Amino acid sequence: MEGGMMDADALDREEDSRLAPEPMDRRDFLGLSACAAAASALGFGSLGILRLPKPGVLSSPSKKFRVTLPESLLPGQAFVPQGRPVAVYRDDGGVFAISLVCTHLGCVVKPTAEGFECPCHGSRFGPGGLVKRGPAPKALPWLSVKPVAGRSVIVDEGTAVPNGTKAAA
Amino acid sequence: MDNLVRTPMTFWSSLNRSGMPVSDRGRSGFIFSNVFLHLHPARVHRWSLRWPTTWGLGIAALSAFLLTLITGVLLMFYYKPHPAAAYLSIKDIHFVVPTGRFIRNIHRWAANIMVVGVLLHMARVFFTASYRRPREFNWLVGMALLVVTLALSFTGYLLPWDQLAFWAVTIGANIAQSLRELTDAVGMTAFFDPGGLQKLLLLGSDQVGAEALIRFYLMHVMVLPLALAALLAVHFWRIRKDGGLARPADVGSRLPPPEGRVYPVFTEAPQKTYSLAAIVRGKTPAVGNGPENTVPAMPHLMLAEAAVFMLTFAACLALSLFLDAPLKEMANPAVPENPAKAPWYFLGLQELVSHSAFMGGIGIPTVCLVGLALIPFLDREEEGTGLWFGGPGGWRLALASFMFGSAAVLAVETVAINFGWIREWFPGTPQIVITFVNPGTLLTAAYALYSVWTVRRYDSTRAGAIGLFSCFIAGFLILTVIGVHFRGPNWGFFWSPSMWGGH
Repeated sequence: MEGGMMDADALDREEDSRLAPEPMDRRDFLGLSACAAAASALGFGSLGILRLPKPGVLSSPSKKFRVTLPESLLPGQAFVPQGRPVAVYRDDGGVFAISLVCTHLGCVVKPTAEGFECPCHGSRFGPGGLVKRGPAPKALPWLSVKPVAGRSVIVDEGTAVPNGTKAAA
Repeated sequence: MDNLVRTPMTFWSSLNRSGMPVSDRGRSGFIFSNVFLHLHPARVHRWSLRWPTTWGLGIAALSAFLLTLITGVLLMFYYKPHPAAAYLSIKDIHFVVPTGRFIRNIHRWAANIMVVGVLLHMARVFFTASYRRPREFNWLVGMALLVVTLALSFTGYLLPWDQLAFWAVTIGANIAQSLRELTDAVGMTAFFDPGGLQKLLLLGSDQVGAEALIRFYLMHVMVLPLALAALLAVHFWRIRKDGGLARPADVGSRLPPPEGRVYPVFTEAPQKTYSLAAIVRGKTPAVGNGPENTVPAMPHLMLAEAAVFMLTFAACLALSLFLDAPLKEMANPAVPENPAKAPWYFLGLQELVSHSAFMGGIGIPTVCLVGLALIPFLDREEEGTGLWFGGPGGWRLALASFMFGSAAVLAVETVAINFGWIREWFPGTPQIVITFVNPGTLLTAAYALYSVWTVRRYDSTRAGAIGLFSCFIAGFLILTVIGVHFRGPNWGFFWSPSMWGGH
């Protein structure tokens, strides 16, 4: 009777040992280490591959261009050069250029008598490019203007200047 | 010589190992010994085959995807992904290529049906509470599929390089850049600019041009379809592994008795052992428990799927015969269209974006996706699984929440349209205030609070989820309708497009 009990206990113990987790083998440890090494190598390799899609050289044309303002341009009247999203103005203070690229999502805004309006999401800007209403987060940037010989100026779309900066014409 | 003569026969039997599928057993073998069919179960529950269980929406979306796949490959014969040639090649496809116009129309309509199908399928899974344990992960896979589907649509409508395409790329890239609303507010854009990096990676340049077009083309014809196919495989496989479609616990009493032609399975002694039962967790192998209420997937499930596919196909063909896919004027980088509207499924987002670029384009969509992803992990209840509007509150709560959601979005849009927003009341308000307090964020907050209130009121997360999801549907629908119908030039409000005036 008692012996039978003992047998059952022994069986339980054996069962326990079969189900209990075993300590890790040297072989398993080395295998896992190798897997970790391979995974990190592939990971870093992938990070290196990700460098490729970020262009090193931008293919876009030069952002500087030359404008000759017409004699008849009135103060406050916008002159938009062909193919450039820039409005160039001339008044008593000099020549200045305001970018026409909406600071919201990059649509080209239209100069109007009261300032600028954006067709895409309804932003409105005042005459100096300050946001009046709508979702635009920032004022339209003023662009660098350098006078050259005659009535011409060179406008640099890539260089913003503080609002209100005018170049003597 | 004998072997050569017998080759056709041996080839046939090597191709079709289980013989002609004449018996139930043969049909099962036909399915699980075929690589293309084995995503199907051998037998399918009768509950899954009822039309109201799914309305076939998932299969409809899949069918639409297959149609876009086939027509897309055909369009690639003529399409040229370069700004100088893209628009003209689409014109060629429309006017010169034999059947080109029809094929392009099918591609476009199938894409639309796919978007609708995916959205409706998601609503079905939600309202039948089918996302619950053990299907939480498949809900996440489904959300990934939704995102990839929308990305495919977006990259697709850029390719014609017409006015819609050009300004959509411009707006999309600037949405990616709109993280600057945050980094500008903290003043760290100069040295840490993830928004600018995202835009650069999308466009491959600092302006929209050939690099951007080839990138979007690559995404549209290669990367995204492969991702979608991989996710689809996981999605379907998980349906089987999670025990088929969700069904109510008392499904037996809800089904009518089986038809006479349906036979029980275990008419013969099983020839396979149940060694699997030792390693499979849970109740999956139905040992000693005949699969009642199931019928062979072939022909029952196959015929249902084929029917949905043919219906989708027919709808696509009918729409394509009568309604041409749009093509605007050639892209003009100097003048945006006025109004510049995205396709209908993005116009709700465009409405949100017209309040704040970052919140509408990134913030609120992220909050929505996180909220949807959390639903199966927060709702651990069991009541009503597999039943339409199952769970506390039921369809009344869904309807009431839809009403609340509609009222909230109409209220906030009415204020914004009639009285403007903070910048008009207090000129000089910093942008960060408008980024965080605008009609879109207020609406999102209202929906979130409403959902919390429903959880409290019904003492049930399922009720909260019904509240949130119904509000989400109401918001999506109404913002989309506003964007499609009530917005005109300069994104102004107009009661009807006939009042837009001359331009």
